[in-house]
Formats: sequence, structure tokens, C-alpha cells
Amino acid sequence: MDVPVIELSGVVKSFGPVDVLKGVNLTAYAGKVTALVGDNGAGKSTLVKGLAGVQPFDAGEVRFAGEPVALHTPREASALGIEVVYQDLALCENLDIVQNMFLGREETAAGTLDEGVMERQASETLQSLSVRTVKSVRQKVSSLSGGQRQTVAIARSVLKKAKLVILDEPTAALGVAQTEQVLALVRRLAESGVAVIIISHNLVDVFKVADYISVLYLGNMVAQLETKDTNNNDVIGYITGVKTYEGSRA
Amino acid sequence: MTTTPATPPPTIGSGHEGSARDQISAYFRTVRQGEMGALPAIGGFVVLAILFSFLSSSFLTPLNLANLLTQSATLMTLAMALVFVILLGEIDLSAGVTSGVTAAIFVVLVHNFQVPWLLALAAAFAAGLAIGTFIGFFVARVGIPSFVVTLGLFLGFQGLQLVIIGTGGAYRIETPEIAAIMNKNLPIPVGWVLYGVAIALAVGIALWDRARRTRAGVANRPLILMWGRLVAIAIAGALFVAFMSIDRAASRGTLNGVEIPHDAIEGVPIVVPIAVGLLWIGTFVLDRTRYGRHLYAVGGNTEAARRAGIKVAAIRMSAFIVCSTLAVVAGLFDASRIGVVTASSGSQIVLSGVAAAVVGGVSLFGGRGRLVHAAIGALVIAVIANGLGLLGLPAGINFLVTGGVLILAATIDALSRKRAGGTLIR
Repeated sequence: MDVPVIELSGVVKSFGPVDVLKGVNLTAYAGKVTALVGDNGAGKSTLVKGLAGVQPFDAGEVRFAGEPVALHTPREASALGIEVVYQDLALCENLDIVQNMFLGREETAAGTLDEGVMERQASETLQSLSVRTVKSVRQKVSSLSGGQRQTVAIARSVLKKAKLVILDEPTAALGVAQTEQVLALVRRLAESGVAVIIISHNLVDVFKVADYISVLYLGNMVAQLETKDTNNNDVIGYITGVKTYEGSRA
Repeated sequence: MTTTPATPPPTIGSGHEGSARDQISAYFRTVRQGEMGALPAIGGFVVLAILFSFLSSSFLTPLNLANLLTQSATLMTLAMALVFVILLGEIDLSAGVTSGVTAAIFVVLVHNFQVPWLLALAAAFAAGLAIGTFIGFFVARVGIPSFVVTLGLFLGFQGLQLVIIGTGGAYRIETPEIAAIMNKNLPIPVGWVLYGVAIALAVGIALWDRARRTRAGVANRPLILMWGRLVAIAIAGALFVAFMSIDRAASRGTLNGVEIPHDAIEGVPIVVPIAVGLLWIGTFVLDRTRYGRHLYAVGGNTEAARRAGIKVAAIRMSAFIVCSTLAVVAGLFDASRIGVVTASSGSQIVLSGVAAAVVGGVSLFGGRGRLVHAAIGALVIAVIANGLGLLGLPAGINFLVTGGVLILAATIDALSRKRAGGTLIR
């Protein structure tokens, strides 16, 4: 198998006396969707914050494309090509799609914003993801639906040429049709060669979209499974701690 | 329209496609969706102007128009200053007293210390810069609400001004350059030259924008819309300059059927190109630079801006610095018009400045509004005072009407958004 884009081994994180991550291993491959599941308090958010450089890990090894790296600040993570699409989206409603996608790294020419170039790149990025739900890239984000906003947030990470995109509960607040659209978008994102980690509580979504499923239970990675080799009941067993992992990943 | 881009345009639109008719109907659609912008304020201004011109024969005269502009220039500048902090959802209650204190510093340096006026001017701007930095530091770094910090300065600076000016003191503005801002006019040819420069600049930028979009291979609006807009601006500007070129001095009557000679008052007031220049530069910064974009982003969603790598604290600080520095200009305008700086200069105006911004359509919740909105709002408030003054109504009526207009403007904005299904607070 290829070298994973990201490989965590023995990652530890504590908040005072509370050990939230107790030596976690995780891998994610280019072009594959890895689902990270686990009950509330299992350590999913802490793991993501560590990967994003927001709350650095206390100990453990992080390899990015095979090379050991440090993830101490969001800037370092971003420079490597790690992008997190947060649940609350982090878009500015008063700005339009182009302005949001380029926020913080606007294209300029002669010191002024080069709207034409940004508009074109935004359109092309959305098209490369086969987005059809957006009519105009100059729509204000306030006029977009939840699914469209999720689309913009994901497209933003693509525009940044991310190598690893972490999606935090991308379908949590969406209706049925919009969930389908976003899951299809996640697939296309992976097919474009990006490593995707998706956090979800919805196992139906997970089985639809993920190639691998990693289960966290009370700070331990209790199972790393290939989706095609497992089933809903097993995963629920791992999440709730009823079942313990014996096999190893292919 | 005539040029074809090198590669076919993307199929996801940008709102620039379609005929002029499509564009215009798209515009009306956004207005119906509650994006009214400055429309209510423009409507209010037009209604008030028509009303006053019927009620008073002296309203629509060159003299009164020039008066209206000089009366509104101070408020307009202060309102534009406030837009920078209001866009962040912050407030600067001390902008008025800042204008007063810095004007006091200027006039005292010139009078009591015989400092050359340019140096005194630099000192006044340095003081404005320092005040803005001070506010910005306490808001952005220490984390005190701007309302509290600037309320403190509002109270404190009234005392500082008393100290600088002395109780009951008043200093005449004797620097001719400052006095000229509000009291002198541009020679007529100079007015026309500046008009020509402004139009040339507007045309140049519009064409440059088009060229850039064409180069990037994205759609452009129909050319006719661009020229239509520019021609409208050119005609309005020409009418204004021509109207201001009429001699507006009061006639001294006739003697034996011959006009008694008098000194002509004609030409565009000097403050007009200064105010228009500030408006243009500020709008350029807000609309076309990364800084401006980041300001809107922080005002719209601070957390999103932070995650996008924008230095939120620095943006916050800069907004207060810009606000206080522009307040210095407002203070000089006020001193120039009144002719004196007193211990209470600038202490009353700040809330009118906030009112002007809100009337013009700037949201106090941040992230929404433009400089030109504040300028139009200031014109509305100034025209109320001007028109009611011409009618000889007591000053109390002026405050009542201004307050009513403010609430009316806020109501129109809220209702249009509510009807469109948007959130009330934005």
C-alpha cells in the first residue's frame, strides 16, 4: 500500500489529570475517505484539533507523507496542506462565495484585489467538484442553504490545494437531499487525490462514503477497519465498547 | 461584449452575465430581497428636498446648496470615520470629542506657541493617531468593550479640552488656510479642471476593471451599463459645478435701474473636493484592497476571519486609528466653519454621526454598509436642519424630526429584511 498522507502513532494528549488521547494511531491515504467515529467524549475533536495544530499533541509521532513533522501551530498545519472544515463552517455571511473562498489569501494585482482572477478560480474549483447547486459565485453566503455553505467550505480547502482535508460533521445539520449532495462532494474530493478524514455520528453516511473506518473509544483507537470488511453492528459494538478489536487491517 | 475571452467562461455564473435588461431586473430582485443599501436614505433626501423647495423659495438656490454642503461636511466626515469601527460592530463614542480636542491642540499651538500652522496640523493628526491607537489597544489587546473605552474618553476628553482651552475660552481660527476650507470657493476654472480629473479617473478605473476581468476570462456586464453610469455621474457633476458657478452673493439692489456692484460669491466650496476625495479614497480602500476585505470579514464573522489567518486584533486596532484620524479632519472642518474652537467643540456631534451612518444604511451589528451610505445619511440629517431653519421653525422641531427620520430609516430596513425572510438583526 502507498505511503499514507498522514500517519499518527502513539499520540497522547492530556488536559491536566484527564488523559483524552491515550496513544492513538491513525492513518489516512490519498484518494481515500477515512471515517473517524466514536461516541461523545471519545476524543475525536481533540484528535482533530491536534491535527489542525490548534491544540498540539503532548507526545507521539506524526508523519506527513512519510516524513516526521511537528504540528504546533495552525500555520504549520496549513503550510503542510492540512485543512479542517469545521462544523460551524467559519464563513462570513456578509461576503459572497468568491470572497469567502479567497479569504485571507486574496489575489491582488497592483495592490488592489484582482476580482476577475479570483472569480474564475472559484468557478473552476466548484466545477472541478461538479457542483451544480450554486448558481452564481457572487451570491452572498447569507443567501445559501446549509448544504451550499458546506459546499463552499469544502471548495475553499480544495482551492488551497490541501492534501489532507478533515471534515467535522459535514452533514450534521442537513436535510436528506443536501446530505446526499455533500456526501457525493466528499467522494469527488477524495477522487481528486486528497486524503479525507470525515467525522460523523451518522453511520449510514459513514458506510456510504468511507473507505476506512477508525473507531475511537475513550481515547484509544479500538479499531481501524476497511468498510467493505465490516458492518453496522460491528462498528456500533466498537463505538460502545461492547466489542473489542481482534483482526488487523489489511 | 465585443472581446472574446481566451478560454470559454465558466458555466457557474457570476451575476455579470446577461443583457442590460437582465442586469437591471437582477438588481431590483436584490432590492426586493432586502438589500436596500442607501435607497431609503436617497429617497428620504429627495422627498425632503422637494418638500422644502415647495415650502421655501430660498431652498433651491445656489447660496443655500453651498450652505447645505458646508453644513453637512463636518457630520459627513465624522460619519465616514465612524463607519470603519461600526463595520466591525464596534462604536467610537469619543470621535466627536477627539475632533474637538485635536482642533483645540491645533489652535492653541498656533496661537499661544506661535507654531507654524502646518506643524500644528501635523501635531493635531499625531494626536488623533495616538488617541486611535490608545482606544484600539484597550479594545483589541486588553479586551474592554469599545463602548466602555470610548465612553471613558468621551467623558475624560471634555475635561482635557477644558484644560487646553481654559474655562469659557474660545480661540478664533486665524490660519487663513484652515478658515478657507469652509468659507472660500474654488476659482471657477479650477472647479472645472477638478471635475474633469474626477471624471477621467472614474472612466479610467471602470475601463481598467473591465480589462482585468476580460484578461481573467470572466464575464463583463454590458458596456452600456458602464457608460450609462458614467454619463449619469458626469451630467450630475457638471450640473453641480455649473450651479455652483452662478454668483450667489445677495444682490445689493439697484440704483437708477443699474445693479449696484458687489463682490461675487461663486465656485465650488473648497470643502467639497476634500470631502469627495476622502470618500473616494476610503471607498477605494474598503472595496479594492485586502485590508478592506478583511475589515468586512472581521465585522461579519470574527471567528471565520481568525481561522482564515486574518490578524483580527490588528484590524480592530487599525479601524480605531482610521476613525480617530478622520475625526481630526472633522474637527478642522468644524473649526473652519464656526470660526472658533471652544471648550465644548465637538462634544455634541458624535451621536449625530452614528445617526447619519444608520440612516444611510450602515448596520450597527457590523459587516454591512459603505462609506457613501454614511455620506448620504449625513446629507439627510443636514437637509432637515437646513430646511427647517429656512422655514424659521424652532430648533426643537429639528431634533424631533431628525429622531423620527432615524427611527423611520431603521424601520424600513428592518421590515424589508423581515419581509424577505432574512434575520432582523442584520
